[in-house]
Amino acid sequence: MEITLNHYLILSAVLFTIGLIGALTRRHIIIMLVCLEIMLNAANLNLIAFWHFGPNPILLHGPLFTLFTIAIAATEAALGLALVLAIYRHFKTVDLEQVQDLKE
Amino acid sequence: MNLFNFTDSVGWLMWVPICPLIAGVFLALLKPSGRVSAFVAIAALAVSLILSLKAFAMTWGHEAQIETHNFTWMHIGGVDLEFGMVLNALTGSMLAMVSLIGLLIFIYSWSYMSHDDRMGRFFCYLSIFMVGMLGLVVANSLLLFFMFWEIVGLASYLLIGFWFQKPSAAAAAKKAFITTRIGDLGFLIGLLWAFKATGTFLLFDNGSGILETTQIAALAASENVMFGMNTAGAIALFLFIGAIGKSGQLPLHVWLPDAMEGPTPVSALIHAATMVAAGVFLVARAFPLFIADLAMLEVVAWFGAFTTLFAALVAVGQYDIKRILAYSTVSQLGLMMVGLGAGGLALKEGGISIGMFHLLTHAFFKALLFLGAGSIIHGCNDEQDVRLMGGVFSKMKISSIAYLAGTIALCAFPFTSGYFSKDQILLSAWTASGPIFWISAIASLLTAFYMTRQCCYVFLGKYRGKGHVHESSPIMTVPLVILAVFAVALGYVSEHFYHILDYLSGVHVHQHESIVVIISWIIALGGIGLGLLVYARAKLGIDETDPVKKVFPVPYRWLENRLYADEFYEATAFKLWDVLAILITVLEAIMNQLVDFVTVVVRNIGSFFLNTIDKRVIDEVSFDGTCSRIYNSSQINKLIQNGFLQGYLRLLTGGAVLIGILLIVFTR
Repeated sequence: MEITLNHYLILSAVLFTIGLIGALTRRHIIIMLVCLEIMLNAANLNLIAFWHFGPNPILLHGPLFTLFTIAIAATEAALGLALVLAIYRHFKTVDLEQVQDLKE
Repeated sequence: MNLFNFTDSVGWLMWVPICPLIAGVFLALLKPSGRVSAFVAIAALAVSLILSLKAFAMTWGHEAQIETHNFTWMHIGGVDLEFGMVLNALTGSMLAMVSLIGLLIFIYSWSYMSHDDRMGRFFCYLSIFMVGMLGLVVANSLLLFFMFWEIVGLASYLLIGFWFQKPSAAAAAKKAFITTRIGDLGFLIGLLWAFKATGTFLLFDNGSGILETTQIAALAASENVMFGMNTAGAIALFLFIGAIGKSGQLPLHVWLPDAMEGPTPVSALIHAATMVAAGVFLVARAFPLFIADLAMLEVVAWFGAFTTLFAALVAVGQYDIKRILAYSTVSQLGLMMVGLGAGGLALKEGGISIGMFHLLTHAFFKALLFLGAGSIIHGCNDEQDVRLMGGVFSKMKISSIAYLAGTIALCAFPFTSGYFSKDQILLSAWTASGPIFWISAIASLLTAFYMTRQCCYVFLGKYRGKGHVHESSPIMTVPLVILAVFAVALGYVSEHFYHILDYLSGVHVHQHESIVVIISWIIALGGIGLGLLVYARAKLGIDETDPVKKVFPVPYRWLENRLYADEFYEATAFKLWDVLAILITVLEAIMNQLVDFVTVVVRNIGSFFLNTIDKRVIDEVSFDGTCSRIYNSSQINKLIQNGFLQGYLRLLTGGAVLIGILLIVFTR
């Protein structure tokens, strides 16, 4: 069976949905961050897939974009983890149900 | 205008009333002691007297000349209200008389009021009175005349009620004020009518004043304006109503005898020389208006005739020495009106002379009689009832002789001042109208009779009162002597006599009728003789019946009760007032109901606005309603803003999905 663009896109959609549902439902803040990464990577997969099946694969547009995104994701993860640490120090918990100070 | 311009022909006349005004204001504001007050008032009036004599001297020999000084007082709605002063024979003679007699009365008051601790106030009132009186004499504007006339009315109220702690004095003051006010209303209507008809208040204004030929001719041209009279006559009628009130003519005479409650100098000032003369002076001043309609002259003459007879009758039945003199004044004022009315009918402008000459002579002898009566009352320990006097002659020689001099002048004893002036009145009445002549003649006879009766009561027999009779101080007797000389001696200028008459009106007056002269001799001597016959030998006293009453008991009781004039007013005017009062009470009750009704309506409208508009619409629906709606909607928003991070994310996602779906649906 030949793997086509649709297969990649379906995989990417499944990954994004898994990440989205995880981010919206799981209470643990670290899991939530992991789910965000999954969604980001689903988008990266799309970029690579469109590049691979695009009209001019010789130009490395897709990998370049993806590398940029991964770098940004890395910084974002670092920032996110720092926030997680700060939240933990302040609230002595990482359960999002018990951190509801945003309404104030 | 310049107050200090003494070279102006008549501008300086203003200082005649201003001098006592300054004194009055000075006394009112600084309240100096009694002696200082008297001195200031007398000094101020002395200055007025000098100016008045200057005015008299300027007019003597220039009788036809009329000089005026007019100025604009204020400018209202396109109309100039002009005031001014006028100098003619009428002004000059009246000024000289008023300020001379006024000065003598002021000096007399100094002694008479020396025991009163409100002497300063008394002289303040007297000064203000003189302001009004001198002012109206010089006034060349009906409005200015009226203003001074009212000042006289006010000052007379204050002076008559000077001893206001006596209820009778307070009542008399009110009576005088209110009664004269009725007349003043007539005067006011008259002057407004004159203003409407001529457009000016000025009496003399280089040919366009109210009293000058062109205006009089225009006023007389309109026939049958009121009661068949022309406009001039109608205006004159209203002015005459004012004169009736002020000069105590018949329907409105009731205030004058009661006004005797004031201090005696006030009686002399008000009743002899000044206030009551103001009415006669008004008629004399406005005489051209009266001449313009002969019917009006007849009205004046008839009013005067009835008044003179009525008052002379009443005087016979009185026992109070001042009250007899008061009725005598009313009677003589009536005679002056006869002089003006009948004189006008007989001699045209010469009528002024007839009336004014009697006014001038009467002023002297009546002031003398009042001051003499005051001196006698003082000497008899403040007794005013003639029945409790008697035998005064031997104890108070100076006062008594002066008083007798006044009496013979009033009785028109031949060759006294009163004889000449009364003679002229009878002469003109003879020419004008028979009935008026006979009424005046009978009144004159009665005058001689009641004055003789009074003198018999006071001077003859033994003293019937309490205490001892004593002569008054020289300050009181000196003015008496001066006035006595005037009263008798004014007659001895008889070669100048026709000259005086010509002077007063500016036209040549000469009337002679032998029979009238004989009749007036008979009247004077007959009246005195009759009085002596009845009273000289009769037993007089408080317990004795009056000799006339023995013969005519019933008519005499009418006279004692002043012919029921006061009772008549009580039965008519007072009852009318009562009915009006009830009417007004009813009206007021209706008005009250109406006001209550309006109040209720307004209150209901108010509560409607309060409850419905304000509370419901504005508060509940608009303001509170909006607030609560915002509050309620925030309750929903609150649920979203729960601070739960994933809740936000879920909404975000939901929104993104919704946008995605919408994009798919609407971009297809």
